[in-house]
Amino acid sequence: MPVEIDIAKVAALARIALSDEELAAYGAQLGVILEHAERVQALPTDDVEPTSHPLPLVNAFRPDEVWPSLDRDDVLSQAPDTVDGYYRVPQILDGP
Amino acid sequence: MSVIPEGWEAVIGIETHVELQTRSKMFCGCRVDFGDEPNTAVCPVCLALPGALPVANEAAIDGIVRIGTALDCTINERSLFYRKNYFYPDLPKNYQISQYTYPVCEHGRIVVDVDGEPTVIGITRVHMEEDTGKSLHMGEGGRIQDADHTLLDFNRAGVPLVEIVTEPDIRTPDQARAYGAELQRIVRTLGVSDARLEEGSMRFDANVSVRRAGTSELGTRTEIKNVNSLRSMQRAIAFEIERQVEVLAAGGTVVQETRHWNEATGRTTAMRSKEESEDYRYFQEPDLLPLSIDERWRNRVKASMPELPAQLRARLVAAGADERTAGLLADSPLLAGLFDAAVRAGAEARTVASWLTGEVVAYARRVGASVGELHLTAEHLVELAAMVAGGELSATAAKQVLTGVLAGEGGPRQVAEAMDLLQISDSGAIEAVVADVVADHPDALEKIRSGDAKPIGFLVGQVMRATGGKADPKMVQEIIRRSAGL
Ligand SMILES: [Zn+2]
Repeated sequence: MPVEIDIAKVAALARIALSDEELAAYGAQLGVILEHAERVQALPTDDVEPTSHPLPLVNAFRPDEVWPSLDRDDVLSQAPDTVDGYYRVPQILDGP
Repeated sequence: MSVIPEGWEAVIGIETHVELQTRSKMFCGCRVDFGDEPNTAVCPVCLALPGALPVANEAAIDGIVRIGTALDCTINERSLFYRKNYFYPDLPKNYQISQYTYPVCEHGRIVVDVDGEPTVIGITRVHMEEDTGKSLHMGEGGRIQDADHTLLDFNRAGVPLVEIVTEPDIRTPDQARAYGAELQRIVRTLGVSDARLEEGSMRFDANVSVRRAGTSELGTRTEIKNVNSLRSMQRAIAFEIERQVEVLAAGGTVVQETRHWNEATGRTTAMRSKEESEDYRYFQEPDLLPLSIDERWRNRVKASMPELPAQLRARLVAAGADERTAGLLADSPLLAGLFDAAVRAGAEARTVASWLTGEVVAYARRVGASVGELHLTAEHLVELAAMVAGGELSATAAKQVLTGVLAGEGGPRQVAEAMDLLQISDSGAIEAVVADVVADHPDALEKIRSGDAKPIGFLVGQVMRATGGKADPKMVQEIIRRSAGL
């Protein structure tokens, strides 16, 4: 059973610009995945214990200890624009 | 301070973010330190460099369990991390690790007291997440609307953040403020955060709607952001209630939106946002394992709970302080400690409470010191209270002596002697003076004997004059009555 998917909305939410051909192609591919999920969804699972992770593990913790941070010059050298130790980004909201 | 317009009722819920003061961040070992140079406490995890994996900080999980326990929450045995997906420059991963279904804590409560009326405010949930980076909007006024570019510091990105969400149980701006204050006291008492509003380690967002009194349907709500003090929150909510009532009373409709509180103008204004509605597409964080907070852990936290503010206030009241002074004392662990120790050693509770919340606080403020820096011990209070109880010091003189003690001039007796404030409380000495005075005014004594009480005051005055004001007037009066056979 085909699943309706608003592929343009999904692309917009993920900030990916897609051409009409790409929208059609990825829409079809995602549709197949969702159909599979629907089939799984339909299985009787009343007797199955819910799991939230494939491994039977919990509580992988780190002690509250400080490790060395990166050198700022190295870090900022990767950025397109910096000012005084800060990353600089363009205007966040559109102008009035 | 604020009044809800007649015939209307407000429905308020509050979301609070609290930064935990752990040593390291939530999912990486970068230090948590807010005074640092920008972008110096960053690493591949909190900058979201490819391939970096988060590992949860155990102390942060312990911190949220402590908060949930203090708020009477159910601590869920199993809980899960989720990704909350959205794009914003202060969020390097383009998602925030947060919780969705199965938060660490649910179904708690806080009782707040406004004008002696206790109100139970339900806590819907308390969940664990990570903070975002800090944005500096550059341009006129530092506001996002006017900025032409923004600077980013990721030192704060990934700092453990706890979100506490109330039920829409709050009805007035005063209750909202009382809730915020109590939550702040609790978090500070637990020692998990300094919870400073002005520095952003505690932040409130308020959801406000109004409806006709007596109806039960919820109105359209707005969310208020940018309140940097308890007072701002109270004012912002009061403004928003009034604004919504005005809109509805004029036949308009309230728009569901986020509104920005402007401290200077005392108004909320709609924040411009993108047209599309938010769609966070929460899904379970595949890089983190589920949390299991078992009974042992929960019990260990319960056993390590400090005395919470409400318990402390109740104990101070039981020890003899009135509700208001108990509240003031409970706000300062030092004052509460001094009160406790002094009362336990036999000092009269109300006297000590009034000194601590009156003279002591006022003195500290005057000299710009904290209570901890003052020269004041519980022993001082005990000695001073005993001198008042024994008639050696009048209540007024005791306050003068206290000020001297606070200034480091010595112990109460030493200061009282140096200031020449000690009263004659030796009954033998006073009896002798009374005998002299009475011998000089036999007619006065006669009148008293025959039932005219008026001359008692006159004789007391004479004795006080003869002793240079140092006799305990109560004792003088007693002795005069006695010598008149009353
Ligand atoms: Zn880091």
